[in-house]
Amino acid sequence: MELLLAAIIVLPASGFAALLLGRLPKASAAAGAAGPLAACCLAAAPVFRALSAAPAEFLRIEWSMPFGSATMELDALGAFFLAPVLGLSALSAVYGAGYMNAHGGGRLPGWHWLCFNVLVAAMAAVCLARNALFFLAAWEIMALASFFLVASESGSKEAREASWTYMAAAHAGAAFLIPMFLLLSQGTGSLDFADFSVEPGSATASLCFALALIGFGSKAGIMPLHVWLPEAHPAAPSHVSALMSGVMIKTGIYGLVRVLTMLGPPPTWWGFALIALGAASGVMGVLLALAQHDLKRLLAYHSIENIGIIVMGLGLWILGVSTGHPAMAALGFAGALLHVVNHAVFKGLLFMGAGSVLTGAGTRDVEKLGGLLKRMPATGAAFLVGAAAICGLPPLNGFVSEFLVFLGSLDGAANGGPLPAVLAAAVILSLALIAGLASACFAKAFGIVFLGEPRTPEAAASRESGALMTAPMAILSILCFAIGIGGFAAVQAAEPVVLSVCGPGSGGVIEAASRSLAGAATAFGVLIALAVLLAVLRKVLLFRRESGQAGTWDCGYAAPSAKMQYTASSFAQPLADFFGHFLGQRKHFVPPNGYFPKESSLETETPDRCLDGFYVPAFRAGRAVLSKFLVLQQGRIQIYVLYLVLTLLVLLIWKLGF
Amino acid sequence: MAAWIEILMILLILLDMVLPGLSRLSACVRAAALQGVLLGVLTLLANFDALTPRVAVLAGLSMAVKGFLFPVLLERAMKGAGVRKEVEPFVGYVTSIAACVAMLAVSLLLGQRLPLPDGGQGMPLAVPAAIMTMLTGLFIVVSRRKAVSQVVGYLTFENGIYAFGVVAVGEVNALVELGVLLDIFVAVFVMGIAIYQINREFDHIDADHLSMLRG
Repeated sequence: MELLLAAIIVLPASGFAALLLGRLPKASAAAGAAGPLAACCLAAAPVFRALSAAPAEFLRIEWSMPFGSATMELDALGAFFLAPVLGLSALSAVYGAGYMNAHGGGRLPGWHWLCFNVLVAAMAAVCLARNALFFLAAWEIMALASFFLVASESGSKEAREASWTYMAAAHAGAAFLIPMFLLLSQGTGSLDFADFSVEPGSATASLCFALALIGFGSKAGIMPLHVWLPEAHPAAPSHVSALMSGVMIKTGIYGLVRVLTMLGPPPTWWGFALIALGAASGVMGVLLALAQHDLKRLLAYHSIENIGIIVMGLGLWILGVSTGHPAMAALGFAGALLHVVNHAVFKGLLFMGAGSVLTGAGTRDVEKLGGLLKRMPATGAAFLVGAAAICGLPPLNGFVSEFLVFLGSLDGAANGGPLPAVLAAAVILSLALIAGLASACFAKAFGIVFLGEPRTPEAAASRESGALMTAPMAILSILCFAIGIGGFAAVQAAEPVVLSVCGPGSGGVIEAASRSLAGAATAFGVLIALAVLLAVLRKVLLFRRESGQAGTWDCGYAAPSAKMQYTASSFAQPLADFFGHFLGQRKHFVPPNGYFPKESSLETETPDRCLDGFYVPAFRAGRAVLSKFLVLQQGRIQIYVLYLVLTLLVLLIWKLGF
Repeated sequence: MAAWIEILMILLILLDMVLPGLSRLSACVRAAALQGVLLGVLTLLANFDALTPRVAVLAGLSMAVKGFLFPVLLERAMKGAGVRKEVEPFVGYVTSIAACVAMLAVSLLLGQRLPLPDGGQGMPLAVPAAIMTMLTGLFIVVSRRKAVSQVVGYLTFENGIYAFGVVAVGEVNALVELGVLLDIFVAVFVMGIAIYQINREFDHIDADHLSMLRG
């Protein structure tokens, strides 16, 4: 525990060092990036100890705040979330140093690194906190630090508005968490997690669940609460996007799981709600991603999709527990857990790739890119690995966790009663649809950005990023393969957590899943060996023969141009039209006219329906109502003192009992 | 001794009635200063049986600060800003005095309901007088325009707190009392500077013109 505490302290310390060195951007970046690296090394030993089912470590520091105490505990569940937090933070920090240097040090580098390191420390504290007040403090510091990081990138109006949207969402979420913790502490009056108790199956428990779902769901980006994600992720610097999307939104999942473990045996409708919300997030997230032209916004919608998959896994867990299907519960929970780690790995990788593209070509608009694979081979290869992983293709890591969720839902569909079977079937259908659409989306994203010919001179002039940026991407790519092929080992690593949450009876199920993944790993091995064999064969056959490169046959066109390529919109058009009712895509089409058509254009935009259809009108109405209270703000000090006096007088008279 | 304390309390209340009716600022300042001196005497009288050097020094200090230092500072601020009268207060003078009567009624009512720990020791007017002084101070803050009047209001309010402390706790905790005194001193000091600066910027010291700063 001391090592963990040191890790949490070293982070802001290095942030302040970076702040002091703010005038020298490179030194500041080095000082700032050293913190997460050191924290990762310091915390590695205790985290691995906790993951290997060692007894939980406990630390309590008294605090002068009422009801508060810095109570910390590292158990298997917390460690499972802490590991990706610290690991991805370290890699993002290294990448970020390269990224900031490539962008001329960024605006206010000192403050940037301070906020970055405070964000990492706050995320670690969230995973460790065992007191509601401490937890909420860490939670809010996390929100504030990331708010500043989002706002600081460009200073543009969009970034500022995005950061305010994020701030509003974060505060609204926290507003639901406070009453939830108060409800949980009602029994004993203590705000320590260990003292929380609620009558199982009571209305209070259900209310707590609903509050947690909204409060933590808004951080995680579950569908109707997701609106801040597609705004904030593109606005933030890429390494911050990687961190926010990779691990920060997972703190929402962590909170949800943590609260669910406190609420006792769940009723069935919780599982139903989780599965419905997860399926909606997953399918709508990937559909909206398909229609995006901004590379980072596309990735942000994919985060919503993956959160959907995780929430579906959690739904299977709750459903399994409430209807007495331990296999479904254990597999769903294990799948959700592993997907948390896997998503951190491949989404971190993809955001870093997007940042590398942004650095190299100067734009995030996919319609202006193209042909980058030849110019940025390392970034392209890494992005391809991440893209294949996020689609759930074997032998990469996305496959492992989705496979577990599939296994869980298949078990539910085969052995469950009517209701679990229907829900499990819905999960299977949604997962299949999500995987298919995600493949289409990343075929689009990778194809348009990296293949073909560059569409603009800037894209043509792009160059590969430096080693500081490509090395973290390489590490994450290798991790994608490692977890994908060694899926059986990853499942075994998650076993202590699953056992601690789902009960010791679920060990057999996890072992069985691990065995089937080991079988799959053998198949992957054979396939990879075959691929290597074929490559060797090709080399042998081509040995001492003449081979060269020539232009592709262009069907007799005299002057092909880059504009003739598929665009992102045209690639996505069939699917976007097919799901048009859900997407609400707007088209501005001026068709070519006459025998010698001159000008014609097509523009598509896909606004977020939740934002335009609900949040904007709701906030406008709220503003209209609340602006009536502006009357109270007279701006006269006399009036304000009068408010104080009247309040005090009324309180005094009331207290004295007239 | 109780009789003398009663007389002081009545004087305190009378000064409270006078304060909101004064239009000349220097008279206001002097009335508040007189209150401060009376309170110093009150401290001495309340601890007459067991007068320690500490209490004596404290009372003397309080008298010096409130009776001499503050008036001097405020007079200088007024001279610097060139203000002498409270023009157009939010609440007129006659209405103010009527409000004072109402506040006296409220204070007497509250005083009945707010027993002192030792039952009052035959000082039935102590709590009402303290509350009355506090209310008067706040009333001046609320109803007057000039920044100097506001300072006087805060001073009066502090006098009320002090009076309450003397009668309720008996032997005042020196540390707390010095803290309050220091607070007020800083407040007067800052306000004096603020008045001077506001006047230089805006050619007046009407606090309500700050409303232009609201959102």
